[in-house]
Amino acid sequence: MKRHLISAADLSRDDALLILDTAEELAQMADRPIRKLPTLRGRTVVNLFYEDSTRTRISFEAAAKRLSADVINFSAKGSSVAKGESLKDTALTLEAMGADAVVIRHPASGAPHRLARWVRGSVVNAGDGTHEHPTQALLDAFTMRRRLGRLDGLRVTIVGDILHSRVARSNVLLLHTLGADVTLVAPPTLLPVAVSSWPCDVSYDLSAALPKTDVVMMLRIQAERMSAAYFPTVREYSRRYGLDAGRVALLPEHAIVMHPGPMNRGVEIAAGVADSPRSTIVEQVANGVSVRMAVLYLLLGGADGGSDRPEGSR
Amino acid sequence: MTSGNGTWLIKGARPASGPQADLLLSDGLITEAGLRLSAAGAQVLDATGLIALPGLVDLHTHLREPGREDAETVQTGTAAAALGGYTAVHAMANTDPVADTAGVVEQIWRLGRHAGLCDVQPVGAVTAGLAGSHLAELGAMADSAARVRVFSDDGRCVADAVLMRRALEYVKAFDGVIAQHAQEPRLTDGAQVNEGELSGRLGLAGWPAVAEEAIIARDCLLAAHVGSALHVCHVSTAGSVEIIRWAKAKGWRVTAEVTPHHLLLTEDLAAGYDPVYKVNPPLRTEADVAALRAGLADGTIDCVATDHAPHPLEDKETEWQVAAFGMTGLETALRVVHLAMVETGLLDWAGVADRMSIRPAVIGRLNGGGAPLHGCALEPGSPANLVLYDPAASSVVDPAEHASRSRNTPFAGMELPGRIQATFLRGVPTVIDAKLAR
Repeated sequence: MKRHLISAADLSRDDALLILDTAEELAQMADRPIRKLPTLRGRTVVNLFYEDSTRTRISFEAAAKRLSADVINFSAKGSSVAKGESLKDTALTLEAMGADAVVIRHPASGAPHRLARWVRGSVVNAGDGTHEHPTQALLDAFTMRRRLGRLDGLRVTIVGDILHSRVARSNVLLLHTLGADVTLVAPPTLLPVAVSSWPCDVSYDLSAALPKTDVVMMLRIQAERMSAAYFPTVREYSRRYGLDAGRVALLPEHAIVMHPGPMNRGVEIAAGVADSPRSTIVEQVANGVSVRMAVLYLLLGGADGGSDRPEGSR
Repeated sequence: MTSGNGTWLIKGARPASGPQADLLLSDGLITEAGLRLSAAGAQVLDATGLIALPGLVDLHTHLREPGREDAETVQTGTAAAALGGYTAVHAMANTDPVADTAGVVEQIWRLGRHAGLCDVQPVGAVTAGLAGSHLAELGAMADSAARVRVFSDDGRCVADAVLMRRALEYVKAFDGVIAQHAQEPRLTDGAQVNEGELSGRLGLAGWPAVAEEAIIARDCLLAAHVGSALHVCHVSTAGSVEIIRWAKAKGWRVTAEVTPHHLLLTEDLAAGYDPVYKVNPPLRTEADVAALRAGLADGTIDCVATDHAPHPLEDKETEWQVAAFGMTGLETALRVVHLAMVETGLLDWAGVADRMSIRPAVIGRLNGGGAPLHGCALEPGSPANLVLYDPAASSVVDPAEHASRSRNTPFAGMELPGRIQATFLRGVPTVIDAKLAR
């Protein structure tokens, strides 16, 4: 494994499978009376959050604490990136405090790349702008494998605002690495112009894609996209690209419904669908902790004691 | 100045075209050119192996003064220009205060005269405060001591079609030219990098080629309609080259420039999110670079202009989205053109003289009419503005050695051919032995 986890493209197939297998082992622990391992005792994990994201932050926090790491939550939210202390100065501060890993959520694409130049510890991207969110993709893959038993050859349909979605980017890269067949479904306005170069198929027609789908992943649609003319109205978006009971009926019987949250019930997903047995939305949250434990465990010198870590890093 | 009577004898330089000749510089002029010249009391510069080019002329420089003296001053910017072989630069109007009145352009012009390293020809803003709502006092700037002829809102596009039309029409009264920063603002809201495969992968808002090309097409048509002169700043796409080629074929008064960085660098440099590669217009694709080189070679693009855009370190050592747009370029331009155009066989040295001195001087109205003369052939009677260039040298670019106050060069660490050995402004050396003469 590389020292940082910034992009899902940083992971080889073996790396990704190692993370998923490790997460599976760690998930067993959640059923024990004492849910804590001593593995990262004495290590410091900083959660550096420039955006409000309670669910991701507490997921990383729980993961680090279950591995006995010391956790520092650094909320820079509200200090707009253009103002206040620069990312570089914050990075140097964390470096001086001896952070072994920095988990960063940031509204600017590429901020984790910049951070990695200024700190010696591992950088974990917890979502950067409209770029990537690799641990979300890992927990999604973990959830799919648990539910459906495999990833190779799995047909995954990702629906919604692909253009602005860090979840979609990381999922396309990771699922391709793991041998799944991904189809993106969106109005053409919400697809990158060069999406044909991505390792996936593209469709504008959700109903046509669903019968050939094992996993359908609905992305949150933001109403403000309407004002930039990406689609005419929320109602029209919902009608053409929302997952309602009628569309769910088009899915094969075994197919599952995923959503990275937070959901807009009644917009991209009907409430009845979100709460149905096909839905993995609550499991995804639980699996997030196991996957993030695995990532921290492996990056911070888990299985092999970190023998491949470069000089100068702790 | 060292000893001597102010007369210089340059021995053995090779002109851009024609046979080797000695040049005698006296009283600001080239007074003699020929073989085995001698002159009593003259300082002799052995220029064997060097190429003599007319002093370079930049149509597009950001000197940042007044307002951002932390990034550059007229003094440091003209020092950088002289070290790059320039004897005249056009100072863009996006200063603070904006160069939109006779007072401000005269101030900048005087600062240039005082520095004495390179002629500074101010560019006037097209619209008051660069706000794009009404015309600045173009006539007052034209009539001022700075005798402004080039007007530009560079950094921003004159997006309003009526305003652009009026500006083009209005400057006909004093032989002016509107230099347009072609960027349709609505198509580039928040844009960060060229729109294409890379922008999608990096999750950065795309700057589509059409946003440049649509404005260029519109402005060519407007210039033709009102019979005025349009100059297109920093052309960056293959499509733009095609449109300009078409407009020129019609006989319309359209000229264009390309930057050294767009002739050499491509968008993939942005993949690591290092803002030193963040520039407006953005770095484009290999195909665009090839089309820009071909366009410069065949004259569709008239000249190279640096868009020298100095920024302090703290405006670049940030997240990509937050960082300032722009790159420095004065000190590396000739060497980059050497690499991109001469070593590829696309231009000879006469072509370089044409694209970096003669044509920009014509476009910038520095070829007569009361302005200090630039872009003249190196022959007796011409002003002694020239650069001596060593094409056999080569070195790695080290921004710490630059005279510019800023260090944001994308060529840092890159090996570039050539060395600017000496620069003369009206017979007086501004650079000797690749160092400032004073």
